[in-house]
Amino acid sequence: MLGKVFVNVGDDVDFRTKIAEMIVPGKPTVIMAALKLAIQKEDLKDYMKKKEGDKVEEGEPIAGYNAFFGLMKNWIYSPINGYVETISDISGQIILREDPISVKVDSYVRGKVVEVFEGEGATIETNGAFVQGILGVGGEAHGVIKVVVDGPNTHLTEDLITSDCEGKILIGGSLVTKEAFVKAIKVGAAGIVTGGIRDTDLRELLGYEMGVAITGHEEIGTTIILTEGFGEMAMSQRTFSLFKEFEGEVAAMNGTTQIRAGVMRPEIIIPHERWLPEEDEESISGGMRAGTPIRVIRQPYFGRLGKVLNLLIEKQRVETGSTVRVVEVELDDGERVVVPRANVEILEI
Amino acid sequence: MTISGPNASNRDVDDVEPRLRNDIEEMKYILATDVGSTTTKARLFTRTDEGWRYLVSGETPTTVEAPFEDVTLGVMNAVREIEDLTGLHILSEEGEGILVPFNGKMGVDLYCTTSSAGGGLQMMVTGVVANMTAESANRAALGAGAIVMDILATNDDIPPYEKIQRIRNLRPDMILMAGGTDGGTVSHVVSMGELIKTADPKARLGVTYELPIIYAGNKMVRSHITDLLGTDFALTCVDNIRPILEVENTEPARRAVHELFMEHVMSHAPGYTRLMKWTDVDIMPTPAGEGIAIQLIADTYKKNVLGVGLGGATTNVYSVMDRRFVRSVSANLGMSYSVCNVMKESGLENIMRWLPFDIETDEIRNSLRNKMIRPTTIPQTLRELLIEHAVAREALRLGLEHHKTIATTLKGAKGETAFDRGILSQGILETYIDMMNIKIIAGTGGLLSHAPNREQSLIIMTDAFQPEGVTMFYQDSVFMMPHLGVLSTVYRDAAWNIFDKDCLVRLGSVIAPRGTGKPGEMVMVVKIEMPNGKIINENITYGELKRIRLPERQTAKATIRPSKGLDIGAGEGKEIETTVEGGVVGIVLDGRGRPLALPEDKAERDEKLIGWIRSLEMYDRNFLDLVKSG
Repeated sequence: MLGKVFVNVGDDVDFRTKIAEMIVPGKPTVIMAALKLAIQKEDLKDYMKKKEGDKVEEGEPIAGYNAFFGLMKNWIYSPINGYVETISDISGQIILREDPISVKVDSYVRGKVVEVFEGEGATIETNGAFVQGILGVGGEAHGVIKVVVDGPNTHLTEDLITSDCEGKILIGGSLVTKEAFVKAIKVGAAGIVTGGIRDTDLRELLGYEMGVAITGHEEIGTTIILTEGFGEMAMSQRTFSLFKEFEGEVAAMNGTTQIRAGVMRPEIIIPHERWLPEEDEESISGGMRAGTPIRVIRQPYFGRLGKVLNLLIEKQRVETGSTVRVVEVELDDGERVVVPRANVEILEI
Repeated sequence: MTISGPNASNRDVDDVEPRLRNDIEEMKYILATDVGSTTTKARLFTRTDEGWRYLVSGETPTTVEAPFEDVTLGVMNAVREIEDLTGLHILSEEGEGILVPFNGKMGVDLYCTTSSAGGGLQMMVTGVVANMTAESANRAALGAGAIVMDILATNDDIPPYEKIQRIRNLRPDMILMAGGTDGGTVSHVVSMGELIKTADPKARLGVTYELPIIYAGNKMVRSHITDLLGTDFALTCVDNIRPILEVENTEPARRAVHELFMEHVMSHAPGYTRLMKWTDVDIMPTPAGEGIAIQLIADTYKKNVLGVGLGGATTNVYSVMDRRFVRSVSANLGMSYSVCNVMKESGLENIMRWLPFDIETDEIRNSLRNKMIRPTTIPQTLRELLIEHAVAREALRLGLEHHKTIATTLKGAKGETAFDRGILSQGILETYIDMMNIKIIAGTGGLLSHAPNREQSLIIMTDAFQPEGVTMFYQDSVFMMPHLGVLSTVYRDAAWNIFDKDCLVRLGSVIAPRGTGKPGEMVMVVKIEMPNGKIINENITYGELKRIRLPERQTAKATIRPSKGLDIGAGEGKEIETTVEGGVVGIVLDGRGRPLALPEDKAERDEKLIGWIRSLEMYDRNFLDLVKSG
């Protein structure tokens, strides 16, 4: 099913420029007509007042009969505005379809159109800062970046949310409290980016227990992105400093996350022209080696930054009793520790 | 070619069209991989004087996701590890694949693979009556190694608009429609077809993918279904799964699922078209490979077997009871991606009851959530390991419960014809899975295979499955069951030799009477005559767990007398004499009762748990100090 694309290659677009539109079929409604009318399925068409393709209005009679000189009436009225899609004399079902819906897609980021897919969409290119989170809730949002905490170790509490947070993407520290979250929704914040959140708080805000990490469709009033994980987790200094540097700029964020089968992580994109990438810059890390900056992503050193000292060849025994491939790391405070290789992530520069 | 081995027809051999490039008797090296959701695991096997044996492994992250989006990169990375470890040159210089056959200096003679990358084969099944044709369709899909995401039936109380929404939102790779015995209901089958057409599901595999639908219902309805769905979908009609209610014929549907899996699903997954050219045997879904391995055990030992694959995203349970093979895939239970689903389904209390130390619910919740969002991490502290082991017990327990809902006898006759007349006749059916009749339990999957010691995996499975009578336990040593499963379809003897000598770790036997008692009361008296003639007598009281060391591949004569009211397999209070097998754990005498009930009181429960841990030396001697400091 194709739609219409409104932009051309070379066009400049802003965050919410309409890129494409598609008319999609409306919601279907199934009516067990033969059952309701107490007739044989194969006789349904004899009782229809409408045929396939006809428009219907809500409340309009579409099938039925009067009997015994009008003393007995049995009618089916359309519950929707739309049209008759299917009348089945095998199943006895009538399927109505609501009027088509227009679905619009906007550009999401400010940039330039570099490719158009006829009838489908376009590729927008932008130069900007990109922060990838670990889990998000809620979909796309836009707003001016506002750092509301003193540092990456500070909690984002209710008292820090004020009326001028409206429409902003709020940058927190190590934890956003449930009360702060609720107040952010109340004042109309566009989104929250924080190191961590308590799982019990998130469950309460969502109203249900998240089973698998497939998100983006929630409508909880704002979008939230965690950069570190669950619990009190200091945002990495590098990430916090980046947000500080771009405070006041407009950003796009998307909390959509899918951890399996087509991994998607939440993101914040801050288009800017402060500097441009060098032409020969590598886009994919060359792997871990001595000196590689890393972050530990599991207890007991969760969130700690450091650099690789040594990639030990022989497997080592850890506290659990397992012998695993490890890496010797010097943490940011000079402490030297041994960590399973699976429990570190390379920090992209 | 001829497939050797007994009961070959029980396996998927007819689905396999091997393209062997060397005579089996001349082969020297075989390479097998499993392209998993997270990791690609390569195993190299070689012919020795003792027959075919496992040589080395290579494991690297699967490269199905961006920026790689080509599984063959991960396969090559894993094979490179094997090259580094062996010095054997296996990959072609141009990166075109695996060198086959072995020419005396480089290459391998056979390459085969299983796969669950990208979430595996995700299906939806439909039927007319939920616990009749819909359930048969479920079994057919599971039998093909699929993950069944949803089951819809005409009588399932889900309103039509919600059915449509579920079909749309689920985005299955394939749909299997069943329902209507031959000559039976027409309208109900057609109504389901109309809902599918209205929903117009779009597959997750991209806009060029034509969604396969397999129709395996009332043959009188084929023309209607073809009219409805033939234009917009890749429709295939096969023989009815339930031609009459007394007969379940899942084989035609299962084969169709497999063929369509290869033709449609695999060819759309990133890099698979290339990988398909490299393999000598059709790529098999990982659960199918595991299932074949479990059947191999049952075929060889001629015993009833329960198998489990505890993965990151799914828990697969297999049973072979009286030669009947059933597979269930709990797509929502796993140890990484789905770990919070386990928490959700079992409840935090059920997880925490297995932890012999104080822990706040917040800590467990946050710990499991962090595992969910960083699924490739492993526990470094003992505290986190125990949390994962507690979750594993619950995942296995729930997986078995799910399995039992599928491993049932066929629902009664006249059900669907009566349904068509508006008379609904359903019975509540019980599972035929009886733990007293299960003689072998085999486990595979990352958590079980990589547990720091084998006592842990034995007790995790014992606590979850609660075997009764005398049960022998096996463990997949380094995770190669799927590899050997797919290999066995072309070279059974090689697969079995590796299986027997290198894959299957004999954990030992668990002796547990059915029934309960009171603390301090005797539950059974056990006399073991060891291979060296020594006699060991043990009086087991209620709540006790003890171990008698007996090494692998050794057997002992056991005389077991359960106390009054308890049953060890011959009836309540009746003694048995039997042969028990040893293993790396030994013989475990389990007097904790069946069903196993943990004390309600936390202090009492902790004392029991700690006692059992110490009795089998499951964790570090100082584990209590370590978990407190974690």
